[in-house]
Amino acid sequence: MPEFRETTLSNGLRVAAEIDSRGYSAALGYFVQAGSRNETDQQSGLSHFLEHMMFKGTEKRSAADVSRELDELGGQGNAYTTEEQTVYYATVLPKFQDKLVDLLTDMLSPALSNEEFEVERKVILEEIAKYEDQPPFGAFERSMEVHYGPRGLGRRVLGTAESIRAMTASKMREYFSTMYRPDNMVLAATGNIDFDGLVNQVEKLTISWNSRPDVSSVGFQPDDPQTLPDGIALDHHLYVPDLHQSYLVRIGDGPSESSSDRYASRVLASILGDEGGSRMFWDLIDTGRAEVATVWPHEFTDCGAWFTYLVCSPDDLIANRKQIESIFNDVALHGVTDDELNQTINKASAGIIMQSERPSNRLFGLGSRWLTNQEHLSTDDRLNRIRSVTVDDVSSAAKTYFDGGHFNEIVVSSEEK
Amino acid sequence: MTVLVQPMPWLRTAAFSIAIRAGVDVEPRDLGGLSGLTCEMVQRGAGKHSSRDLVAIQDNLGMDRSSGVSVSTSNFGASMPAESLKEAIELYAQIVQNPHLPEDQLEDARMMSLQEIRANRDEPTHRVMQTLRQMHYGPVLGRPSNGTEEGISKITQSDVREFFESHYHAGESIIAIAGNVDSTLAYQWVEDSFGQWQSNPVTDQEAASGEGGYEHIHSDSSQTHIGFAYRTIPYGHPDYFRMRAGIGILSDGMSSRLFDRVREQQGLCYTVTASCHSLKQDAGVFGYAGTTPERAQQTLDVTLHEISHLVDDLNEAELRRWQTRIQSLLIMEQESSASRASSLASDYYQLGHPISTEELESAIEALTLDQVREYWKAHPPGDYRIVTLGPDRLSNPQDSHTSSVN
Repeated sequence: MPEFRETTLSNGLRVAAEIDSRGYSAALGYFVQAGSRNETDQQSGLSHFLEHMMFKGTEKRSAADVSRELDELGGQGNAYTTEEQTVYYATVLPKFQDKLVDLLTDMLSPALSNEEFEVERKVILEEIAKYEDQPPFGAFERSMEVHYGPRGLGRRVLGTAESIRAMTASKMREYFSTMYRPDNMVLAATGNIDFDGLVNQVEKLTISWNSRPDVSSVGFQPDDPQTLPDGIALDHHLYVPDLHQSYLVRIGDGPSESSSDRYASRVLASILGDEGGSRMFWDLIDTGRAEVATVWPHEFTDCGAWFTYLVCSPDDLIANRKQIESIFNDVALHGVTDDELNQTINKASAGIIMQSERPSNRLFGLGSRWLTNQEHLSTDDRLNRIRSVTVDDVSSAAKTYFDGGHFNEIVVSSEEK
Repeated sequence: MTVLVQPMPWLRTAAFSIAIRAGVDVEPRDLGGLSGLTCEMVQRGAGKHSSRDLVAIQDNLGMDRSSGVSVSTSNFGASMPAESLKEAIELYAQIVQNPHLPEDQLEDARMMSLQEIRANRDEPTHRVMQTLRQMHYGPVLGRPSNGTEEGISKITQSDVREFFESHYHAGESIIAIAGNVDSTLAYQWVEDSFGQWQSNPVTDQEAASGEGGYEHIHSDSSQTHIGFAYRTIPYGHPDYFRMRAGIGILSDGMSSRLFDRVREQQGLCYTVTASCHSLKQDAGVFGYAGTTPERAQQTLDVTLHEISHLVDDLNEAELRRWQTRIQSLLIMEQESSASRASSLASDYYQLGHPISTEELESAIEALTLDQVREYWKAHPPGDYRIVTLGPDRLSNPQDSHTSSVN
C-alpha cells in the first residue's frame, strides 16, 4: 500500500506525497491556487498566460535551458490552468527526482522578460484562435459566463483576444508576486519518491520565496459590474457557419468538492450519462439519434455544476432535448434501481483501481485536494466511498439536482437566430 | 490465431488486445464504412447475450473497453482488474465468433456511423488530416476508417453478414494479453475459447498509391489548419529507428526543433507536430500546424524548412535526449497492462514477431548520430502532400522551389 506523508516547510509551502517504493516512476507537481476566478477584468487570462511564461526562463536558466533540461530528464511534463488552480507537473524515472525538483522549483521563479512575454502573447492568441475552430466552439465557456456571470467562476481561463492584446508584462509581475506565495501553493508527489530527500531539497531551494515583494497592497483596479469585460458576450445562441451538427450545453447547480452527495452524484452521472451503457446511451447514442449525449457533475471548491452535453443533427435537437428532459424527470421522480447501482459501483471501483496504477494519474487528485481542503483520500478511501453509496443516496441526489431547478442552455448551430 | 502473453505480476490489472484482419482495406470499394459498421454490429449481442446483457456483464467485470477499425485490422481491447480476465476472454470470443448481427438494429448502427461522419466534418483538424491520408496512401489504403455517407447509406444486412463471414476468422488474427496473469492459464483460456475458430487465408494487401501535391479546403475559420506528409519507411524496416530518431529530434518534446523554432522562438503557432505512421507495406511522416491566416504561409515555409534542413546542425545532445525519452517511456509502460497489451499486438502485426522492451531499448540505445545523419542525407524528405483548410489558399513551397531553380 502506498504511504501518505505530508509536511509544511518553514516558509509555509505544503508538501504532500503518496509514496510507493515499488513504482517505476515518480510524479511531481506544484499546485498553485491561482485561476481565472481570481482575476479582474484587466487580468483576464493572466493565470494561464503566466503558466506559459514559467517555461520561458529564470535567472539561472534560459527558456531553451528549461525545455532542454525537461527533455533530458525524459519526463512527461506539462502544465494546465483551470478556474481555480495552475498546475506544473512532470513524471520521471525515480533516479531523476532531484534534478526534476531543482528544475521545477527554479521554473517557479520566472524571469518574465519583456521579450519572451511578447513572443508568448502570440502563442496565446493562437491558442484562443485554435479553440474558436473546435467543437463546441466555446459553448462551455459561454455556459459558465451566463450561469455565473462573466466574472469569478464564469471568467474564461484563456482570457479573450482583447484582454491578451491589452496585457502588459508589469501587470503579470504584480499578479505573480501576489499569487505565487508559498502559503498559496502545494508540492505534491506520487510514486517512487524519496520524501525526506524531497523535503530537504525544497526547503533549501524555496527559502527566499517569502521575500518576494508583496504587492497586494497596490490593489488592482476593481471591476465595474455594470459593464461587460472586453470581448465577452452573453447570448445563449452561438452562430457558426457551415456546421453539420448542432451542439447544446446545459449548466445547472451541482455538488461542490465538500458536498456530502458528491459521490452519489458521480454514481448518478454514470447511470444517466456514461458512454456505453447508461440511460442516455441506450436512448440516444445506441439508437444513432445523437453523437454525444451525456451528463456529469463538475465540482468547484465552494459550489458545483451539472453539465449536460448533446451533439446531434440540427433537425433532431429539439426532440433529443425533450428526450433528455424526460430522462431527468423520470430519475428525479422514480430514482434508480439496485441493478443500476451495483453495475455502476462495479465499473467505478474497477476504474479507480486501474487509474491508480500509474503515479502520474494519482498526482492530480492528491495535489488539488491537499491545496484546497488539506485532505487526502487514498485509493482505498475512494473505493470505500463509492462502494458505500446507496440507492437512496443516488435517488435523493437526483431529486436535488434534476427536479426542476435553475439552469442555462447554450446552443451552437448554423441556424441564424 | 497468434497468442502473446506477458505476465506483469506487480500489477492489479490485466488487459487484452485482439486484432482481426478485417480492416478498411478489404471493404468493397463502394461500401466505405462496412468494416466499422460490422465492428459495431458484432457488439450488439453474441452467444446467449443480448446487447444490453453484454454491457451489463462488461461493466460488472469492470472492463474499460475499446473497439475500432484501422486500415488493415478490426480491433477489440479492454483492461480490467486481473480477476476478471478469464470471463472477459470468454465473452469476447463469443463477440467475434458468434455475434447475433441483429437485423433490427442495423438502422441504429447506421445512424451512429453517420453521426460520427457529420461530427468529423465539423472538426477542421480531422478534415485536414483525413484528406491528407487519402492523398498520401491513395483511395484504397487512405480511405476514412469511419466510411463515407454514400457507402454507409448503401450497406445492407447481407453486406454486414458477408463481411463478417469472410473476414472474421482466426487467420492472421492476434490476441495479446498483459498484466497480472499466469501465462499457462492464459494460453489455456484462449485455447478453450478460440480453439475451434476457423482459420482462412487472408486477402493480400494492396500497394499504396498516393502522390505529392497540394489541396486547399476553403473555410472561414479562425486559424489556417495545415497538414503535410511525405513517404517514409515502415516500422520493421532495418533503418526504421534511424529515420524515427530524426522525427523525434524534430518533434518529440519541448526542446524538439519544431516546437522550439516554430513555436517558442517565433510564436507562430500553438500546435506544431510531426509523427510517423506505419502500414505493413508503406508509411508516412504526418505533420500538422495551426496558425492564424496571416502567418500561415510563413508557418508552412518555416516548418518544411526545418524538416528539410534537419541534418545541417544535428548534435549528439539532441539524439541523447530523444534516447532518454524513449527509454523512460518504455520503462513507464511497465505500469500499464493496457498499454503493454496494445504494443504487443501492434508490434506483432507490424513485425511478424513480438519485441521485448529490452530488445527495443537496446536498438534505440545503439543508434549513433552518424547513422541518423547518413540515413537522412540518403533519404531527404520530399514530394510532400500538403492540405490546408482556412480562408485563403497558400502557395506550395515545393512549387516556388522548382521555379526558383528554373
